Amino acid sequence: MALKGAEIMKMLPKTNCKECGCATCFAFAMKLATGGVKLDDCPYIDPEVKAELEGAMAPPMKLVTIGAGQNAMVIGEEEVMFRHEKTFFHEPGIAVLISDKESEPDIDEKLARVKDLRFERIGNVLKVNLLALSNDSGDGGTFETLVKKAYETTDFPFILISEDTDILFSAAAMCADRRPLVYPVTNENVSASIPKLKELGLPAGVKGESLDEVIAVTSQLKDAGVEECVIDPGSRNMLDGIRDQTLIRRAALKKGFRPLGYPTMTFPCFMCRDKYEEALAASALMTKYAGIVVTSLTEKEFIFPLLVHRFNIYSDPRRPMTVEEKVYEVSQPDENSPILISTNYALDFFIVSGAIEEANIPAFLCIKDTGGIGVLAAWTSGKFTGEAIAEFFKKYDVENKVKHKKLIIPGVAKKLKDELEEELPSWEILLGPSEASDIPKFLSEEWKV
Amino acid sequence: MTYEAPLEKHPVNIREVVLGEGEKAQKIGGENTFPFHSFEGSLPNPPGLALEVLDMQPENWATWALDPFKDVSSDPVEWARKGVEEYGAEILCLRLLSTDPMGMDAAPEEAAKTVRKIVDSLNIPLIVLGTGTEDKDSKVLIEVARACSGKNLLLGPVLKGNYQEIAKAALEHGHAIVAQASMDANLTKELNIALCKFFPPEKIVVDPTSSALGYGMEYTFSIIESIKQFGLVDKDKMMQMPVFADIGIECWRTKEARESAEQGILWEATTGMTFLLAGANLVVFRHPEALRLIKSMISY
Ligand code: B12
Ligand code: SF4
Repeated sequence: MALKGAEIMKMLPKTNCKECGCATCFAFAMKLATGGVKLDDCPYIDPEVKAELEGAMAPPMKLVTIGAGQNAMVIGEEEVMFRHEKTFFHEPGIAVLISDKESEPDIDEKLARVKDLRFERIGNVLKVNLLALSNDSGDGGTFETLVKKAYETTDFPFILISEDTDILFSAAAMCADRRPLVYPVTNENVSASIPKLKELGLPAGVKGESLDEVIAVTSQLKDAGVEECVIDPGSRNMLDGIRDQTLIRRAALKKGFRPLGYPTMTFPCFMCRDKYEEALAASALMTKYAGIVVTSLTEKEFIFPLLVHRFNIYSDPRRPMTVEEKVYEVSQPDENSPILISTNYALDFFIVSGAIEEANIPAFLCIKDTGGIGVLAAWTSGKFTGEAIAEFFKKYDVENKVKHKKLIIPGVAKKLKDELEEELPSWEILLGPSEASDIPKFLSEEWKV
Repeated sequence: MTYEAPLEKHPVNIREVVLGEGEKAQKIGGENTFPFHSFEGSLPNPPGLALEVLDMQPENWATWALDPFKDVSSDPVEWARKGVEEYGAEILCLRLLSTDPMGMDAAPEEAAKTVRKIVDSLNIPLIVLGTGTEDKDSKVLIEVARACSGKNLLLGPVLKGNYQEIAKAALEHGHAIVAQASMDANLTKELNIALCKFFPPEKIVVDPTSSALGYGMEYTFSIIESIKQFGLVDKDKMMQMPVFADIGIECWRTKEARESAEQGILWEATTGMTFLLAGANLVVFRHPEALRLIKSMISY
């Protein structure tokens, strides 16, 4: 839990020696509370007090890194229960489950498919993040073959799953440089796991049948110096999962309860009767705090909605996604090309420019700054009115970009047409389609100079 | 450190609103906790899941959205019947699209007749929505209120510009209303305050307006969550009305839903599930499969 400056002050030497670069101990305490200086900057803090302060100032939920390098998945360090209170920070990992009981061709096909689950949306890449490799065969050699194949043919971070602790750690040793998450670390195997986790420097996937059991394991790990854990509270249906995730997050954030101050992992792949339910359970668990969802889905139709869902829920409500205001040239337009106008809501820009590209008719796309608000809301709030657009025309000298005087406006903004006819009397205002997806058809049928 | 489950109790309830009348009437709301939090509070009524019906032949619907009703889509009464008998809908949402002044501009009396026919032949809770055009809707919904007097319909959307007329007619003829204010919890509250000067709060459902997955879903999600916070945590009486989400129309507009049947159904079901998790008490689906999925998942 965050400490206040005054609380920190009580624990400082109070000599005002200035060696930390601050005028007084009090100034140092205030800066420390907001992260402006580091604890180490004061050479005189008692080591015991220092450890206590470090503990108290650490974020209530640990940051955990799975994998290494540019594909590493970072989860945890969330600060709020509800998105509108601030924002959610670290997108949950979506892990595709692959079992070592599947046939070789099935595994090959799945690996290939998972690599292809990447989509572009509003300038962002949406993709699956992890592979959950599961030792269902019970055989060490078979598992190692799977891990080796995944290691050699993909660059995903892994979750390694085996009930046999020896098999688990010998597989982990094979790919320790990729920093896999090893799962499950339980009450039974925690003592045996600790030296290996420390030796290999790996995060622990803790599993308990209840939160009490989870707490016993994370406490033991913490005492032994294993700092990075991901918690599976054992829930195997969606509603129990939502309950457990909620209680874990609350205990960490609102009670400062350290033994549950870790991101979580959930298994929609074991909760459902069919693919649709699994996709829905995965999205529900991501909405309600999961740090990782493990899924057996690999089809585009099922994964894509999940990726878009995560992208929405983890977008920052403090600033809408925007693009720069200007006149964009889509596929090298000339003086006879159409002119369209839309807002600087990133989604509008990307769908409309995408539709123009699809139409294969080069065009000018005017993007008016509306503070990231879409067509109708921007029109209602005065940011996308006839007057505002007329000003835009002047500012960007739109008139001299083309020989014609035809402007295509979004079909939803019917009243905008009247306003523009008044504000830009020499222009012909064409009401485009309501859906950007109909722009190609509209341009090919209606566009003539 | 000993662990004690950090349960939260709220001393207030979301209001309970009754939809319909007679045997098949349904209640929504009434909870004193967050959605699905039966571990720390009481949720006396499961969320209402309604199936959408249009009063005219739909245009431009994806094939797989229309398929379940292909044979009945030109007859709203048969469409409604199929929704209930074949797809198990327990609440219907009739959208009076024919009355759109920019479209067919059908007369209020015509629309009201259709509503009455559905009420008479099925007698299940019915939501009746206009097209969001303030003056036309007030004419249409007043006529519907009169034609179905005593049937306890849920009429909407009631907007800032027409709430007085519609709410007055609803009150006179014993109906509930959907109070709609766009994407802003403060506007929701303002409209409720204005309504409650003469309209009973236990007959109001609020609609903060919905948006689809990938097209602003996060805004609706956060606004529903914050309305519920105001109601339960801050105990604001004007924010304790059940929340309504009309998602089918939004989801099936998207290019993604029109790409394939599987993706379309998931697009709608994911949006619906997300709003239920935020606290929506009544959700309107277009595809019966999306409705069925949600129903089976939340009643585990
Ligand atoms: C999400 C949302 C919001 C979000 C904003 C999201 C955003 N970044 O824009 C928030 C919560 C901030 C918001 C606020 C408001 N909103 Co609002 N909001 C919505 C909602 C639910 C979805 C809008 C959306 O994002 N759609 C998706 C985008 C992509 O749509 P779009 O911009 O229209 O673009 C599409 C097409 O128009 C087309 N297109 C785009 N550009 C072009 C260009 C050309 C040439 C062509 C041909 C096509 C084209 O392509 C896109 C996809 O097909 C709608 C209701 C609804 N379900 O539609 C209400 C809605 C737009 N909002 C409305 C209102 C009134 C407001 C407010 C003014 C109300 C208030 N509370 O004060 C504020 C104003 C905001 C501000 N600060 O300025 C009203 C507008 C009423 C009207 N004029 O008809 C709506 C319609 C709700 C309603 N029924 O009352 N809103
Ligand atoms: S170095 Fe330490 S003791 Fe000296 S002023 Fe700074 S905080 Fe105080």
